[in-house]
Amino acid sequence: MTPENRAGYWKANLSLLTILLIIWFIVSYGFGILLVEPLNAIKLGGYPLGFWFAQQGSIYVFLVLIFVYAATMNKLDKKYDVDED
Amino acid sequence: MTALDMWTYGVVGATFALYIGIAIWARAGTTGEFYVAGGGIHPVANGMATAADWMSAASFISMAGLIAFNGYGASVFLMGWTGGYVLLALLLAPYLRKFGKFTVPEFIGDRYYSQSARIVAVVCLILASITYVIGQMKGIGVAFSRFLEVPYDVGLYIGMGIVAVYAVLGGMKGITYTQIAQYVVLIFAYTVPAVFISLNLTGNPVPQIGLGGEYVQNGVASGMTLLDKLDLVVTELGFKEYTTQVMGSSLNMFVYTLSLMIGTAGLPHVIIRFFTVPKVRDARYSAGWALVFIALLYTTAPAVGAMARLNLMDTIQIGPVGAEDGNLVYDERPSWFKKWEETGLLQYEDKNGDGRIQYYDDKNPAFADKAESFGWKGNEMVKVDNDIMVLANPEIAGLPAWVIALVVAGGLAAALSTAAGLLLAISSAISHDLLKGVFAKGISEKAELNAGRLSMIVAILVAGYLGLNPPGFAAGTVAIAFGLAASSIFPALMLGIFAKKMNRAGAIAGMISGITVTLLYVFQHKGIFFVPGTEFLMPEMGMGPDWFFGISPNAFGAVGALVNFIVAILVSKVTAPPPEHIQHLVEDVRVPGGAGAAVGH
Repeated sequence: MTPENRAGYWKANLSLLTILLIIWFIVSYGFGILLVEPLNAIKLGGYPLGFWFAQQGSIYVFLVLIFVYAATMNKLDKKYDVDED
Repeated sequence: MTALDMWTYGVVGATFALYIGIAIWARAGTTGEFYVAGGGIHPVANGMATAADWMSAASFISMAGLIAFNGYGASVFLMGWTGGYVLLALLLAPYLRKFGKFTVPEFIGDRYYSQSARIVAVVCLILASITYVIGQMKGIGVAFSRFLEVPYDVGLYIGMGIVAVYAVLGGMKGITYTQIAQYVVLIFAYTVPAVFISLNLTGNPVPQIGLGGEYVQNGVASGMTLLDKLDLVVTELGFKEYTTQVMGSSLNMFVYTLSLMIGTAGLPHVIIRFFTVPKVRDARYSAGWALVFIALLYTTAPAVGAMARLNLMDTIQIGPVGAEDGNLVYDERPSWFKKWEETGLLQYEDKNGDGRIQYYDDKNPAFADKAESFGWKGNEMVKVDNDIMVLANPEIAGLPAWVIALVVAGGLAAALSTAAGLLLAISSAISHDLLKGVFAKGISEKAELNAGRLSMIVAILVAGYLGLNPPGFAAGTVAIAFGLAASSIFPALMLGIFAKKMNRAGAIAGMISGITVTLLYVFQHKGIFFVPGTEFLMPEMGMGPDWFFGISPNAFGAVGALVNFIVAILVSKVTAPPPEHIQHLVEDVRVPGGAGAAVGH
């Protein structure tokens, strides 16, 4: 585990975080609150889409985000040789 | 004793026996087992325990009712209490697991090389956890008194006794395994009635799909979606449209959601659950699993809320709005209605003396003329408690007695599991942070373990006392617990990991100013320490209710957090940077690799 490795690993981690948190923000604050009215004009089955994001969709996306984070970080751990084993 | 009583005693008794059995099997022998269950919990098991730890009596009993009466506006709770897990998983849990100690204040004390910072963190933790635990104690007492006809205080003693057995004996180890059992009980209890009700109203057994499905009336498809039907039914009676009604304003909903997310990520009793898994990698996955188990309930709750609201409206408004026989005759009300009137959760007052029930929004001026023309003299359902939506749901839907019994056991499981997690956070802060960390550094492990058990007992007694004599501030529980966690603990932890140059002065100044701003705003609205009459709103100076951009006090934690971040960063810029070894410590928590790697410099 060299200092260069650590620095590269941390940079990669921060860019992953940024991407995931932007999605986190868009689905909840964006689709669920700020854009809820225009989205409600679109229907997802019997759900107005904005309402669906606020009460269902954002939660499903949150789940995907955490598992994508966990899987990607495990790969980064190995790539930069900073894993626990 | 009726069949329902027998079922309820049977199911509740069986679950209690299970919890005690687990307690005897999972006793703690070391401080490591007492504080972090020995650190060997499988990530999926920890996820399940975290879900039970997190989902309290409020999630189980009150949330569906909040959704039922606030419609779209209640989305703040759904997004806020789940989105916080993204922050926890991405920003805190893996790093704090890598740090590898027992408590949250311990990280703060070490990272900011300061006993004062540690003590400030202990104080925040205890305040947030105590206010939170009072709500659980009340939930236990209420569940007993409503369903088992046991007096409130006796119910509370039974609950305290059960928690004491497994929390004192087993510490985190006992709590973890009972929480797993409690999760199974509570999720089963929540979803079974939801499936039946969704089937009744939409013909689809999956509530998450049923809520977006077609409304089926008495087995006949209506050609209308369930949500359209609900919007129609409520607006016809002057209530706000279900799918669009907001809570305060869009900005308030935005800030409220943010406060709940940050608060969730900063609650110590949730964070310490991630100290129980073997590796950093496990902490990441475990947060995902926790959210899977939480989402099962949280995506079901909107369906329960909407469907229960529709059922309730349909029960009372039996015909066209305004028709002479459109409203239910009071003497013909169903038996569940009578039962919940006795508990005071439902209250009826025949304002126009026609013997029928009018349930409409009498505060809506646009509807006032119409109501007048119908001969209505005001809303006659003078009280419809939020909690009724989950508690009476099985009866409203005509479900069998065993389902009702299950709901009782589920509510108790939710309250007990959260109470235990909170009590552990409190007792470990006392025995590990205050005693071992500050006042009696030299004590042996065995003495510390005993101190942990003793402080657990004291914490249970204090929580029980406060449950019996709820102080004025119990009503402000949510505001305080989330406000404190969001405005003090979360920023200190996040800066500790992501800002290597953050120093002692910055962190302490940030925590104190964050809490102060949040508390001032809450006290200004709700009274100093929630003492009635000491509110100090000043409308004449532009400080009326929700004066700060229309943000309600419950939603203010995010503003406090922002103040914390800004103050901490400014102060750290003008004071000495943290010592070299602290900067190494930060570099070390940022990578999962072993402690030995820190000497790579």
